[in-house]
Amino acid sequence: MGAMQNLSRRAFIIGSAAVAGGVAFGPCSNAEQAAPVANGNPLAAGLGSNSATFNPWVEISPEKITLIAQHADIGQGVGSVQPILIAEEMDLDPGQFEVRFAGPSPAYFNTGFADEFAPFLAADQSPAAEAARAAVLQNLRKSGLQMTGGSSTIPDTYEKLRIAGAVARETLKVAAADRAGVALADVRTQSGHVILPNGTKIPYVALAADAAKIAPVLDVKPRDPSTWRLVGKPMTRLDIKSKVMGELKFGIDLKMDGMMYASVKLNPNKGQPLKSYDARKAQAMPGVKKILEIKNGVAVVATNSWYAMKAVAAIDCEWAPSTYPAEQADHWKVLESSFKPEFLGKEWRKIGDVETGLKAGTLVEAEYRAPYLAHAPLEPLNGIGIVTDTGMEIWVGHQSPQFVQSVAATAIGIKPEQVTFHNQWTGGSFGHRLEYENVRVLAEIANQMRGTPIKLVFSREEDFIQDIPRQISIARHRGAVDKGKIVAADLQLASTAPLKGLLERSGIPSKDPDAQLASGLWNVYYDIPNFRATTFEAQGLSPCTTWRSVGASTAGFFTESFIDELLHAAGVDPLKGRIEMCAVPHYRKLLETLAEMSDWKGPLGNGKGRGVAFVEAFGTPTAEVVEVTATDRGIRIDKVWIAVDVGKVVDPVNFENQVQGGVVWGLGHAINCELTYAKGGVQQTNYHHHEAMRIYQCPVIEVRGLENDPKVRGVGEPPVPPAAPALANAIFAATGKRIREMPFNKFIDFV
Amino acid sequence: MIELTVNGIKHRVDVVPEMPLLWVLRDELGITSPKYGCGIAQCGACTVQINGAAVRSCQARIGDLAGKSVVTIDGLDNREQHPVLQAWIEHQVPQCGYCQTGQIMQAVSLLELIPKPTDEQINEVMSGNLCRCGTYPRIRAAIHAAAAKMAEK
Repeated sequence: MGAMQNLSRRAFIIGSAAVAGGVAFGPCSNAEQAAPVANGNPLAAGLGSNSATFNPWVEISPEKITLIAQHADIGQGVGSVQPILIAEEMDLDPGQFEVRFAGPSPAYFNTGFADEFAPFLAADQSPAAEAARAAVLQNLRKSGLQMTGGSSTIPDTYEKLRIAGAVARETLKVAAADRAGVALADVRTQSGHVILPNGTKIPYVALAADAAKIAPVLDVKPRDPSTWRLVGKPMTRLDIKSKVMGELKFGIDLKMDGMMYASVKLNPNKGQPLKSYDARKAQAMPGVKKILEIKNGVAVVATNSWYAMKAVAAIDCEWAPSTYPAEQADHWKVLESSFKPEFLGKEWRKIGDVETGLKAGTLVEAEYRAPYLAHAPLEPLNGIGIVTDTGMEIWVGHQSPQFVQSVAATAIGIKPEQVTFHNQWTGGSFGHRLEYENVRVLAEIANQMRGTPIKLVFSREEDFIQDIPRQISIARHRGAVDKGKIVAADLQLASTAPLKGLLERSGIPSKDPDAQLASGLWNVYYDIPNFRATTFEAQGLSPCTTWRSVGASTAGFFTESFIDELLHAAGVDPLKGRIEMCAVPHYRKLLETLAEMSDWKGPLGNGKGRGVAFVEAFGTPTAEVVEVTATDRGIRIDKVWIAVDVGKVVDPVNFENQVQGGVVWGLGHAINCELTYAKGGVQQTNYHHHEAMRIYQCPVIEVRGLENDPKVRGVGEPPVPPAAPALANAIFAATGKRIREMPFNKFIDFV
Repeated sequence: MIELTVNGIKHRVDVVPEMPLLWVLRDELGITSPKYGCGIAQCGACTVQINGAAVRSCQARIGDLAGKSVVTIDGLDNREQHPVLQAWIEHQVPQCGYCQTGQIMQAVSLLELIPKPTDEQINEVMSGNLCRCGTYPRIRAAIHAAAAKMAEK
């Protein structure tokens, strides 16, 4: 895919010090992936005396064992599962090691993006598809791109972290055997110790100094799954207890000596500067230490974050106007007029002859809409920064460490390598912490307050106002049915481009069509003889970015609503029809499993209705059934059944929680959320305007994880896209009313 | 100087009386278990007990708290063995965890008032606590489990 090649070329600057050599392809990667190639292990630089590091993920000092989490924990549990994958092979138990988030380094390039960035359907395992993925992987290696996102943590780390653990284990065994003068074959490991033939147990930490002197043993293979103690078994996430006890420190909870608090008011017309301001009132308010002008707004530095928020709210600002339409109605008009050749993104897929196919049966046409949405994780944007004459140190929860460096550095005119980044536990992200609104202004503020640690906290209102939203999108779909079958589907959508926007703001702009807009549109696995999927990219609208499940969050709704309309027109049961049309055997099995789980028997009657939807996103096929009741006061969502095929369920309890959370996310926003612009800024500034789901609306959610897929897949995002269409289809089944636009509460009440 | 008692310890803070309790706890006293989520009592992440009642600390003026007792999750009696916290751990409720201290403080209050709540009663009391990660099925299960645990005693 062009976008990725472009990214690789540009990001090569970042990756110029990247791990050289080492050819590790796909799921059968070898030990070189985990090896400390010269200058390739970022842990080597900070290593204390008598300490060993075997690869970028394992560090042992005489005092402790530290396992490195390269993917950011945004609530999805990877702060736990990454070290668990290492611990499995190292024979470590929970409690025997510390976990630290990785700093920026090309050694942590994300191999998990290889499948997503290659221009092939996920279900395509042909040699050509695999070769393309291998080529993308090489580009990723060159780019050194370290990023959490795209449901890629498990695909990236499933093999490489177990290999990293095995390398550490085997090296420790050599160190112990050498020291004791026994044969390597006679030593073994258990629970953080090497055990000698005579039963003597040597703790790993006692071997650190010896292990540091020998070359890591690279000739290792991960163990057979049948021997696993932790992986794939129900386990307690390492962060559960400290979160329940209120002890875990999120980024917003950190405190430093001499620290001052800052809050900001930024131009609601996104990306535009401040024209003038009047801070006389704020100047006299309690706790205020300093009022600062920054590029796109103002900041107050105070002795308490509440003083800072109150004072900054009292500053009158005059803003430069937006470059996008000031009013929401005009955003829709731009989208409506974007279905034109000059706005073509790409024709992603073409099968048969669509125009002829459309004439071969009964024509069905429908238009669908999806609004801008906020991410609004419960922990608002924040960060701590200190700028000195030598550079900047920043403590912030973020998914792209290298881009934090470059964005902060650019904001204050220093070099990226002068920015030291410390990743933090975060209170959610959903795509918010891939953007840089807090990073840029924190750098500016700290630069004006040199020497003083500054803790920036966005007010919830500012967090909403500055949120780079989910894409806005319209679909115009046409199809035809004949003799109980779908004979043609022409799927078209016009949308803003989320991934393109993110890449541009990350400093690596791309001119290629946004592939995320095709997700949920082109990857349709039904046997439809005449099929076409086309995207158009609207210009001049609000900046947009990745929102949990990205393109598929809108296109999945459009496609699976339309498939439902076509099946209805064809007189076919929506679930049986999908099973019969499904062209990929293990995806068909997924749908059959869903039918069995939900005991699907067709229409329910008595005001009850069921809807189904099936979307593959980020390589993970997911199918859901939603059951609703039309009550006197509105729609009640009673139950959801969901089947997900991830190839291997690595962390089963967390898997279920993630999947249920994805369903709640998908349903809640479909019901009642949108961002709308007025006078250039969003009108929704807190949760009462953008509520999503609360517990009283939450249905029972029954989850099944399948392991039929030939690859190990992620699960953070894939449960989201089918939720909205399954709900809309259920409402149709219960009421006869088709809802083709989100949020649904514009058209029907919910209880 | 304003005097207040948090988790049994007396503190004196030099802030304006309008400052809400949440920011006194977090920024002045360094007690960070109550979280800032919305600032307008829409999310419940800042829930603490004031004289035994669950309150949104973002709405409680510090000037009104003289002589009152504030308890955060850090100050719950028998914390390590607390049935609600135990149930939360056993059901692995948290994802990001940011809302959970507020959820737990609200659930503790619910179970003190209604020892064996129905699903409807859980909905009524817990719907003010937002969870963006969507852990509601586990919150519900943990409350029922904690109720059962407390009934055993």
